[in-house]
Amino acid sequence: MIFSDFDPKEDKIFRIIDNEGVTVNAESMPDISNETIIKAYKDMLFARTADNMAVSYQRQGRMFTYPPNIGQEAIAVAAGIIVKDNDWLVPAFREMGAWLAKGVSMKEIFLYYMGNEEGNNFKNANHMLPFAVPIGTQLLHAAGIGYTINYLKKEEAVFTFIGDGGTSEGDFAEALNFASVWKAPVIFTVQNNQYAISVPVKNQTKSKNIAIKSYAYGIPGIKVDGNDFFAMYSVYEQAREYTRAGNGPVLIEAYTYRKGAHTTSDDPSKYRSKEEELEWEKADPLARMKKFMDKKSLWNENEDELIEKYKNDIDQQFTEAENFTPYQLDDVFRYMYVDMPEDLKKQKAEYEKFLKWVEEKK
Amino acid sequence: MSVMTLVQALNNAFDIKLAEDKNVVLYGEDVGFEGGVFRVTEGLQKKYGAERVFDTPLAESAIVGTAVGMAVSGLRPVVELQFDGFSYPAFDQIISHVSRMHNRTRGKYNVPVVIRFPYGGGINALEHHSESPEAFYAHIPGVKVVIPSTPHDAKGLMISAIESDDPVIFMEPKRIYRAIKQEVADEKFTIPIGKAKVLTEGTDVTVIAYGAMIRECQKALVMAKESGISAELIDLRTIYPIDKETIIRSVEKTGRMVIVAEAPSGFSVGAELIAIANEEAFLHLEAPPKRVMGFDTIVPLAKGEHFFMQTQEKIFYEIERTVKF
Repeated sequence: MIFSDFDPKEDKIFRIIDNEGVTVNAESMPDISNETIIKAYKDMLFARTADNMAVSYQRQGRMFTYPPNIGQEAIAVAAGIIVKDNDWLVPAFREMGAWLAKGVSMKEIFLYYMGNEEGNNFKNANHMLPFAVPIGTQLLHAAGIGYTINYLKKEEAVFTFIGDGGTSEGDFAEALNFASVWKAPVIFTVQNNQYAISVPVKNQTKSKNIAIKSYAYGIPGIKVDGNDFFAMYSVYEQAREYTRAGNGPVLIEAYTYRKGAHTTSDDPSKYRSKEEELEWEKADPLARMKKFMDKKSLWNENEDELIEKYKNDIDQQFTEAENFTPYQLDDVFRYMYVDMPEDLKKQKAEYEKFLKWVEEKK
Repeated sequence: MSVMTLVQALNNAFDIKLAEDKNVVLYGEDVGFEGGVFRVTEGLQKKYGAERVFDTPLAESAIVGTAVGMAVSGLRPVVELQFDGFSYPAFDQIISHVSRMHNRTRGKYNVPVVIRFPYGGGINALEHHSESPEAFYAHIPGVKVVIPSTPHDAKGLMISAIESDDPVIFMEPKRIYRAIKQEVADEKFTIPIGKAKVLTEGTDVTVIAYGAMIRECQKALVMAKESGISAELIDLRTIYPIDKETIIRSVEKTGRMVIVAEAPSGFSVGAELIAIANEEAFLHLEAPPKRVMGFDTIVPLAKGEHFFMQTQEKIFYEIERTVKF
């Protein structure tokens, strides 16, 4: 297994193609069809286009605070290709490619970031939990789902995500420990994008890397070039196989860079240098993949046309989200409980009286 | 019928649900092999196996957080937090996920979890072992909070809690875990969550309590009766959803209200009950409602705890003052 070849103690990083798209580790190259490679590139391109549009909608005041994925697309897209329909996806909030693969629509994502819980329902995404805003808490849900999978003897795995900042939370430690003790089939991914809002990872931990934390829980860990789709694909493929074989969880550190802001409310120019951003630009996951495909003459589509097509699709879904049924008073109350307490019904009825008064006053 | 303590009645409730529903699992610290530090789950691991009744590593946030994961994936976990004062590390999971998963996913996932822990003072316990945090939990939209006061109620309410599709915080009055014995039906029965019970009917004053305080109130009611006071005693049984109807009906009848609980009185269940009386029965009130509750202080350690705990004398004293107002 690749995990044992890249011991985090030695701070090795698993990589298959370099920034120029040159294969540097041919023996690890997964058995992957040209169609899948092209699809993966398209998925990354779609996610990036969607992110750019989301940021622009936010700037136009048509959507609220939004956390873009730009620069980290290879991780979620690779997970999205490996994740099975019955596998569980327990997200944080920066894994768009995986959500889309699970069946989440852009309309739902937009709805959520317009301030409507309906966007968290994910009607067509089987076995997927909602976005998790409190940092690290979702990892415990993943461990619990892993317990259920073992207990009910299902053939499923759990994919869960956190950022580098989240590794400092107690729930991170607890989740890895519980999953390990239970041999729960959970694939923990830390997207180490170098910053927790403004705090660089060097101020987050004195561990040599994040993957090395796996040692504390007696589970395999690996540091992977998160901007290398092939490396991420290969690691996810092996991680799923390993965990489904009953070996318990794994910890994957996807080493990457958040090219954009933490959210649309953040300005990264305040805490990181232009030089640093330009250095990481060379490792952009889409550009690397494109260079790889060009060398093999795999890509013969008109990218501008493709982006136009994506934009139309995304804009249509955005319009649908904007025209979604207006938020009703009942939406505040109806899902609070399966069995609604009488008093909540009364609170709602009293507010309705007030609304009626407002209406009559007009 | 069998004579049972509260501990035995809860154990019996788990036994019934574990036998009936393979999706029910019980876990927490020392819950499996040892059967819990109060032996509430004793013998259940042996009977149902270590996959269903088990010990976890020591981490309350994880105990509750993993229960969320189990619940959304089809199980009905019943988790134990060892003591009231150790429930706080799980607070984030309760307020951020247990209580709101159903709302956040617009009904796609619900969280049928029971979070149970012993609470309250009066047993000469260590620090952090005598707390009454019911108001913290009742303040969280999306959970239900239940407190039994007898073995019979403990069994019926626990079965309801396990069968509830909404999450339930189930607080067990540790002081009367073994102090009360009662005939309890052997077969399965449920007691509805959200319904209070009028234990004694009376006309002069309404006394509202729950958990271990019911027993103290019953003693105080004997003193009241000897003084010619007819007190009505209500056992809340459920803190949230609170049974406003029963409370209002009684206060309208008596015009007076005394609330007895172990928790600090500020921002408490007592405060909520007074708000209910003011909002819903204002014109019926003949005396200011009175909270017979803890000081707004930390529960003192064993040597000072008697100042903090509500006794039959203190309860009677306040009942009499309220009636004579």
